[in-house]
Amino acid sequence: MKIYEQDLSAATAVTDKAPIGYVHSIETFGSVDGPGIRYVAFLQGCRMRCQFCHNPDTWNIGTGDEVTADEMLADAKRYRAFWGTQGGITTSGGEALLQIDFILDLFKKAKADGITTCLDTCGQPFTRKQPWFGKFEELMKYTDISMVDIKQINPREHKRLTGWSNENIFDMLDYMLEHDKHVWIRHVLVPQRTDYDYELIQIGNYIKTIAPIVDKVEILPYHTMGVPKYEELGIKYPLDGIEPPTTLRVKNAERLLHTSDYTNYKNFPNY
Amino acid sequence: MKELKTETTQNYWDGFTAGDWQGEIDVRDFIQQNLTQYDGDESFLEGPTEATTTLNNKVIALKQKEREAGGVLDADTKVPATLTSHKAGYIEKDLEKIVGLQTDKPLKRAFMPYGGIRMAEDALEAYGYKPDPEMHKIFSEWRKTHNQGVFDVYTPDMRKARHYKIVTGLPDAYGRGRIIPDLPRVALYGIDRLIEDKMADGANLGDGEMTDSVLRLREQVSEQIRALTNMKEMAASYGYDISRPAANAQEAVQWLYFGYLAAIKTQNGAAMSVGRIDAFMDIFIQRDLDKGLISEKDAQELIDQFVMKLRLVRFIRTPDYNDLFSGDPIWATLSMAGVGMDGRHHVSKTSFRVLKTLENMGAAPEPNITLLWDKRLPDGFKRYASEVSIDSSTIQYENDELLRDQWGTDYYGIACCVSAQPVADGVQFFGARANLAKAVLYAINGGVDELAGAQVGPNAEPITSDYIDYDEFMRKFSVQTDWLADVYVNALNAIHYMHDKYDYEAEELALKNTRLDYTFATGISGLSHAIDSISAIKYGHVKIIRNEAGIAVDFKADNDDYPRYGNNDDRADQIGKDLIKQFYNKMNTHHLYHDAKLSTSVLTITSNVVYGKNTGTTPNGRQAGEPFSPGANPAYGAEKNGALASLMSTAKLPYKYATDGISNTFGVTPRTLGNDVEGQKDTLVNMVDGYMENKGMHLNINVFNRDTLRDAQAHPEKYPTLTVRVSGYCVYFADLTKEQQDDVISRTYFEAM
Ligand code: SF4
Repeated sequence: MKIYEQDLSAATAVTDKAPIGYVHSIETFGSVDGPGIRYVAFLQGCRMRCQFCHNPDTWNIGTGDEVTADEMLADAKRYRAFWGTQGGITTSGGEALLQIDFILDLFKKAKADGITTCLDTCGQPFTRKQPWFGKFEELMKYTDISMVDIKQINPREHKRLTGWSNENIFDMLDYMLEHDKHVWIRHVLVPQRTDYDYELIQIGNYIKTIAPIVDKVEILPYHTMGVPKYEELGIKYPLDGIEPPTTLRVKNAERLLHTSDYTNYKNFPNY
Repeated sequence: MKELKTETTQNYWDGFTAGDWQGEIDVRDFIQQNLTQYDGDESFLEGPTEATTTLNNKVIALKQKEREAGGVLDADTKVPATLTSHKAGYIEKDLEKIVGLQTDKPLKRAFMPYGGIRMAEDALEAYGYKPDPEMHKIFSEWRKTHNQGVFDVYTPDMRKARHYKIVTGLPDAYGRGRIIPDLPRVALYGIDRLIEDKMADGANLGDGEMTDSVLRLREQVSEQIRALTNMKEMAASYGYDISRPAANAQEAVQWLYFGYLAAIKTQNGAAMSVGRIDAFMDIFIQRDLDKGLISEKDAQELIDQFVMKLRLVRFIRTPDYNDLFSGDPIWATLSMAGVGMDGRHHVSKTSFRVLKTLENMGAAPEPNITLLWDKRLPDGFKRYASEVSIDSSTIQYENDELLRDQWGTDYYGIACCVSAQPVADGVQFFGARANLAKAVLYAINGGVDELAGAQVGPNAEPITSDYIDYDEFMRKFSVQTDWLADVYVNALNAIHYMHDKYDYEAEELALKNTRLDYTFATGISGLSHAIDSISAIKYGHVKIIRNEAGIAVDFKADNDDYPRYGNNDDRADQIGKDLIKQFYNKMNTHHLYHDAKLSTSVLTITSNVVYGKNTGTTPNGRQAGEPFSPGANPAYGAEKNGALASLMSTAKLPYKYATDGISNTFGVTPRTLGNDVEGQKDTLVNMVDGYMENKGMHLNINVFNRDTLRDAQAHPEKYPTLTVRVSGYCVYFADLTKEQQDDVISRTYFEAM
């Protein structure tokens, strides 16, 4: 599988005025993408190539609808009445952090307007190198909650599954722990790929080490709804023949990751 | 039966807070003075009693037998239904706390010829019953029916509009329904007091100058008094004396039900609403609870058994009618909760008890449970209602604030599926719908019907160019809709005149004020397709493909990316707003029977399937024969930005004109609402709150997976009580026709990927 090696700055075009975001699509009724009902912006572009990815159409970098943070915020605010105390906006993808200038602008303005912000990321772009790291630190100030996938605990396996190692992802979570930035941890359960007990136990143990910032842990059962998209894009489906996990395996994973221990999400955003 | 004859009315009212309601008939004031609000959760509720369960099992078995018998278990052919035509009927007398059936046996259908003898006979024949020749003679030669009256006066144009189905579902052969009797009057005052009042009204009607309207009303009041007298006789056959007020909770529920029974014994209306009775019943129940006369279990038993009776209501109807409104709906609409003019919410323990019936006796489509929703309703109730919705998909939600403001009272109910009506003094003349998607095609084809090839609308110049010019289209559309508004409204004038004359609803109107405010209800179908078609013409550069006869049969938009209704895109949504307002104004230029106030609606019930079947391919790409989207829902597949964008488009439609209701049927998979039950409840509450805050009027909420529906279609026996909300009511999925099931399956279910 070809991995797009592009310069980070290519992903976020910075104009004189405001950073432009590249949007794949908008879901106005996101209720599984962070706390409450959320306006979810699926941003265009991702460098990972997760075998189970159900949105391969979000991979290409630099395409999609162009919007400014102000435009997106104005659109999102039309749904404010539905948000209750928990809801707000989520940036997802693709990989949202590839467009860090845009989401920084967006979140800053959202927070100024009293809107809760949620960052859904796989962490792949994370680095402590400047100038990116400075922007990330800034972004965290305006992020109420992050949703981070732990796709694989073992770096080598992670690379096999996604094309990239996971060391920087854990580094990102370390950063979040140090700075008390709360997260939801998610694990996509794929039979024959991410559903081995010994690995699940390791993930469970790892999560315990960052427990103070973990509001919620979710098992996302792999599903095949993305298959038609692969056909449309003419990409061979990497998980051909793999069926969604059984309810029994999902329950097993929930047990091994101790999902029921993490309930702080109920208190969001007033911890 | 308790004998309380020696007591005075005052004794029956013992323990209630006094008020205007004592001196005059004013149920609202009684509720205002005596309401017991409940702010807690559902934990106080009780399960069914043994008697309830035994009865309910019998009812379920009977319904199963009915389904196996092809839809009708038993039907009268010889006895025209009146209040006293049948002796008392029971499920199992000794176990029934609330009694009364439409005929002498459960599920046996009454013979109701007053709407039209042909319709009544066709219905019998459709289910294998032989109509009685003597009845035929009586109701075609001696006693004229509503249907005959209407056809005596229909103009050729009206017959054409009806025949070619640009207007469909007119109540010209069945009861118009949609009257909410103020049922609590029976319980609070007793029939004698109501008769006294009506006599006093009658004595003072008109100054002796016998104008048409004075004559009509004087005759109606006399008929009402007769109906009230017969109600007493009907109740007496069950051993109850309803001439006096109810003495306790059991009697209050029973009296109220007798009022309803009077309606369903005599009218097979398109909707037979129960009204808004939760707070009222609660007051009587609470009084008995406080006195220690009954327990919570007894209270629940009363409500369970009352609701069980509502589940037994049946009419016999023709296959044509069933195509329009399938699953045997009768719209025993029960409206609950809401907030009063004074800001107090009207959630009582009995609002909870009614919802609890769905658990105690299993899900069922009737009564049509309607929550009058306001942000200020207590949290415990909102969350319990959401839970019931998620479990059973049997609840609809209406915007209490919007309705209260529009109708100027907090004592209104829902009259059919969606329309509001002041209970004490409002009445609606129900009037089906006109097909605006078809009107779009008439504009293009110069009034020639696209399917039949006949000249139906005005013989105007069709559009002859290859591409449709927007301005030219709008001019021609206006010509066709002028005609449509004219023929539609005047057909309804004929219908309501004749309905009053030959099939007057004395039993229902006897339980309302004598002087009433009337609304003249009309409706629009095919709105989403009309909007998207006009938007395609305006923004998409649409090419016409014609057949040999020159009729436009297909369309091609050069730019397929035109704005579509359902995406919160003002360019498309504005077209919808304009369509409603313009069509309303066109209709409003005409005379309206009884000086009624015009209203319109955007709701289709299940008739969206039939309307679609009778409409050719529309410029938005909907193929000939394909179902319309239901009610005010966007066209299938038009929504690109998720559920809230779709809801926001519907919320923009102006209720001010469509005061009869703007119905949205919302389907969602459980997982999309959230990953756990508590989260799902939160989501639903926030969603309904948000929709109402944006002035959305009505929401049907269905929570299930498409796979479940597919499985239910293949194996109905596995899902005997799977209920689905369709535009404005609820049906057993198994009772829908195959076409309608397909339609429900293909609807949009908002789904998280
Ligand atoms: S990180 Fe997300 S978008 Fe990127 S490949 Fe993986 S699943 Fe797909």
